[in-house]
Amino acid sequence: MKGWMGKFRVLFILGSTALVLSGCGLENLTALDPKGYGAQVSLDLIILSIVIMVFVFLVVMVIYTFVFFRFRQKKGQEDVIPKQVEGNKVLEVIWTVIPIILLLILAVPTVTATFDLAEGQPEGSDLLNVNVTGNQYWWNFSYDDLDVQTSQDLYIPTGERVYIDMKSSDVIHSFWLPSISGKMDVNPENENTMFIEAQEEGVYWGKCAELCGPSHSLMDFRVVAVSPDEFDQWVTDMKNVDPEAEPETASAQEGKQLFSDKGCISCHALGSSPTAIGPNLTSFGSRTKFAGILDPTKENLVDWIMDPESIKPGNKMTGNYKEVTEEEASKIADYLLQLEPSEITPEDAESE
Amino acid sequence: MSTAIAQKQGFGAILWDYLTTVDHKKIAHLYLFGGGFFFIIGGLEAMIIRIQLIKPANDFVSAGFYNELLTMHGTTMIFFAAMPFIFALMNAVVPLQIGARDVAFPFLNALGFWLFLAGGLILNASWLLGGAPDAGWTAYAPLSTTSPGHGVDFYVLGLQISGAGTLIGGINFLVTIVNMRAPGMTYMRMPLFTWTIFVTSALILFAFPALTVGLFLMMFDRLFGSAFFNPDMGGNTIIWEHLFWIFGHPEVYILILPAFGVFSEVIPTFSKKRLFGYTAMVFATVLIGFLGFMVWAHHMFTVGLGPAANAIFAVATMAIAVPTGVKIFNWLFTMWGGSIRVTTAMLWALGFIPTFTLGGMTGVMLASAVADYQYQDSYFVVAHFHYVIVGGVIFGIFASLHYWWPKMFGKMLNEKLGKLTFWTFFIGFHLTFFIQHFLGLMGMPRRTWTYLPGQGLDNGNLISTIGAFLMAFGVIVFFYNVVYTAIKGEKVSNDPWDGRTLEWTIASPPPHYNFKQIPLVRGLDALWVEKMEGNKNLMPSEPLDDIHMPNSSILPFVMSLGLFIASFGFIYQVDDLRWLIVLIGGMLITFGAMFVRSVKDDHGHHIHKEDLEKGDGL
Amino acid sequence: MSDHTLNPEKMPHNPEKATLEGKNKFLAFWFFLGGETVLFASLFGTYLALKGSTNGGPAAEEIFELELVFVMTMLLLTSSLTSVYAMYHMKNNNFGKMQLWLGVTVLLGIGFLSFEIYEFTNYITNEDFTFRTSAFGSAFYTLVGFHGGHVTFGLLWIITLMIRNAKRGLNLYNAPKFYIASLYWHFIDVVWVFIFTVVYLMGKVG
Repeated sequence: MKGWMGKFRVLFILGSTALVLSGCGLENLTALDPKGYGAQVSLDLIILSIVIMVFVFLVVMVIYTFVFFRFRQKKGQEDVIPKQVEGNKVLEVIWTVIPIILLLILAVPTVTATFDLAEGQPEGSDLLNVNVTGNQYWWNFSYDDLDVQTSQDLYIPTGERVYIDMKSSDVIHSFWLPSISGKMDVNPENENTMFIEAQEEGVYWGKCAELCGPSHSLMDFRVVAVSPDEFDQWVTDMKNVDPEAEPETASAQEGKQLFSDKGCISCHALGSSPTAIGPNLTSFGSRTKFAGILDPTKENLVDWIMDPESIKPGNKMTGNYKEVTEEEASKIADYLLQLEPSEITPEDAESE
Repeated sequence: MSTAIAQKQGFGAILWDYLTTVDHKKIAHLYLFGGGFFFIIGGLEAMIIRIQLIKPANDFVSAGFYNELLTMHGTTMIFFAAMPFIFALMNAVVPLQIGARDVAFPFLNALGFWLFLAGGLILNASWLLGGAPDAGWTAYAPLSTTSPGHGVDFYVLGLQISGAGTLIGGINFLVTIVNMRAPGMTYMRMPLFTWTIFVTSALILFAFPALTVGLFLMMFDRLFGSAFFNPDMGGNTIIWEHLFWIFGHPEVYILILPAFGVFSEVIPTFSKKRLFGYTAMVFATVLIGFLGFMVWAHHMFTVGLGPAANAIFAVATMAIAVPTGVKIFNWLFTMWGGSIRVTTAMLWALGFIPTFTLGGMTGVMLASAVADYQYQDSYFVVAHFHYVIVGGVIFGIFASLHYWWPKMFGKMLNEKLGKLTFWTFFIGFHLTFFIQHFLGLMGMPRRTWTYLPGQGLDNGNLISTIGAFLMAFGVIVFFYNVVYTAIKGEKVSNDPWDGRTLEWTIASPPPHYNFKQIPLVRGLDALWVEKMEGNKNLMPSEPLDDIHMPNSSILPFVMSLGLFIASFGFIYQVDDLRWLIVLIGGMLITFGAMFVRSVKDDHGHHIHKEDLEKGDGL
Repeated sequence: MSDHTLNPEKMPHNPEKATLEGKNKFLAFWFFLGGETVLFASLFGTYLALKGSTNGGPAAEEIFELELVFVMTMLLLTSSLTSVYAMYHMKNNNFGKMQLWLGVTVLLGIGFLSFEIYEFTNYITNEDFTFRTSAFGSAFYTLVGFHGGHVTFGLLWIITLMIRNAKRGLNLYNAPKFYIASLYWHFIDVVWVFIFTVVYLMGKVG
């Protein structure tokens, strides 16, 4: 099955490249270039259904074109009355039965894949479990078994299934990782589980796919897939983090003081504390993006601290901390930027 | 009678005439212009959405306002543009096609329209009163139940009131079609458009109550402190999703089936051939309607219902493709061997076939549950439903307007302008939406206020916005065409298209009693049967006699006005209990009008035989 | 329509369906009841999904009193029977007896409604169980309350018909009105049977 599917995939990708000037979209964001198990299964079905449907479309269009040119009223034939045909049993049976067969060809792999992707964790396996909490407008990732907390950037080892248990703290969100796995809704009343499996190292884009408020479109996250060894290293580093560690530079030291004076600390946890009113900042200095969408520069961070509302409308941070001057914000930024507890950073995933 | 008086008197008399009318043809006009008004509003909202998305990280509108726009665009287009257009066609055509003088319940027919209008005005009043609803047209809880301000309250009450009107309309047409067909018109001689309206009405009857309940629960949660969708108190937000889609999926067929009906009239007429496989078309229509209730959870594949539910709903959804495919092929083979005249109406039908086939294709693709894990809530879905709703329903409405305009207004829409509308709209449509399939797969979620630069989404969105402007141009040309026709259009005879069905046997526009004598139907395509036998018109089934007609009434308007007023009481009593006075006052108006209607006998009036014989038009 | 056609010398056997208006009403009302069925089905579904969600408040088995509900059920079932008698007399063109049996129906309905109001008041004051206590409370009051609302509307409807037509008797214009009001009443009764089973019996047992 894989073989002929592969051929169709080549055809399909060629075709869609021709159609879309910008190709298949951004690598590690697009669903058309899968890097994970779930996305691969989805794409196989997408291609199979496109092939079947393009066949149907071509049949329709051939008949359509023929009929249109052949049977268009010609000059001088305005009074001709065509033969009034009631129908044709044989034809009607044909175009009922053939679509049924085509749909069965699609239905069988669909059902198989549906059960495949819903497979639960085998009893007694030591696969990684991550509790994902969707919040307006950020994501929290809690590795309960490992006693590690992080937000916005989800670190996973490549080549193995990671089970994601999702729940929302407010409204419905949807966890979408196009290059890896498709999506699943994050509901407030029940926990949904799916697994993700990245086949190669990389930093993958994730998005919220269910309208959740003004900043819905800005609720991005990343999945950092690193080799299992690197992942173990990352876990060790994260566990050994000392949330009270004193920064090296004077500015960052002042920033640390401001971080608690201005009330930041009442929502943002460092280390493995499960407090999650706001994102966990343990490894903030290694973030791929700030606030999910900003390039990780100090300027952007200062802007964010000064006025988050202008960047992410409707966020819960605005108004919940004491006013900061630009200078203070800069110091807080210095403090946050040096929070790099692990040698394993997104660069490790991207370099490979 | 009333028409003649209105023409002689001034604007006030015409206004009063329309406020009190129970004539299905005038109610059709009301639905058409009411729907047209909301269509313009919904279209403007769409244009602002596309301008916002023309480039990455755009801030043409704010994020909060954008959510209001997308919510109102969807809600307005479905409930207050597409639905009234369908009702306009039902009213304008069905009684004529079955040879009836009016619908079964003319009073309720008027009530249905005024409720629709009240609902639409309540919803849109939110723009002026502190902000529109912003939780999407699907209004998923708890985003909708916790949305600040009163926007979502306007959504709930607006839809509740217009939904009641729709339900009334659905029952009315079911009864009309069952009980009021002319002698000889058996079910299997009914024109296919009437058949689709019949099935659509049945769908309305069984689908809308689920929405009614959902809206009640949401109203109780928002306005009276209940806990249906509040997880903190044991509530469950998935219940809303189920109720919404148990209504919402049949709603899709409520919209598309009448469009199928339109094409099943337009294609035979302009191919000069009877509909190929009429019986199969009827059964396909019924089957689609039936299956429409079995597939709602395909909107919820990612909700976490489990693999068994997902697999069942996936397969059930795919099954719908079979009767739909049957229809496509039957249309193609209706044209096969025919003599095709490319009028504007036919052009829309010809544009519809490939467009809708594409929409159906993506529909089957979406049915594949695992593939849907990628499509769900992405621009792929946006592309798909615009292909079926614009490419199916709106194309159908344009086709029907060009086809039946002469019957409704006695004047022909300009064909040249019509073709200009078609080509700009058709090209603009494909430019706008085809690319969106790819945008979705490239990682663009639906309902997204903006997207970041460098995600490969820029070109696609730019093309899409350009297409939207082309569509807007086409619509403007159409509105110009309407005005142009009203002023300069040529008057038409009974049968300008060489039609096949009963509506073409009477004057354009028809007299208010429609048929002086109810005709005797002798086959499918009743008029065509007579033409082939060399008769000019159908034989009457009754001697000329007095005609019993219903009386006009202002009560439907008053009832709706009461509910309109009461809605504001419902919405604002949360802030200030004094608004309860408005609530009670409004309800008293409505119940008072209902009471008057109940206790006051209304036997209607008669048009006398002598007046009919004089043929003075009445 | 002239007076004679609506008041024929001899009333036909099914006066409710003797005119086109009557036939239309008859059919439309059946369709309407189809829609009502979906409405109540949705409410039942919601109730079943939420009946365990007591949020720390009272649960079904703690508060329901089957004796009271049983009496209510009997009242409503009997009222359905009496409305059948009324329709029987309508078909025989016996206006007086029809009014009498409709009157009995109304009294039984009022009895039912009084018990329901008592039941709700009892829950609210003695059991601390309200519309806002929990999702279960919201679902219970909405489902049973919608039914109660239907009973109230049905009572007002039948009373209005009885008073409006008291002096002029039965004719082909008002016969369909009486008939569909009684259909509505039967429907309310059927819904109650489901409420009795699903809400009360299953709430007490399951």
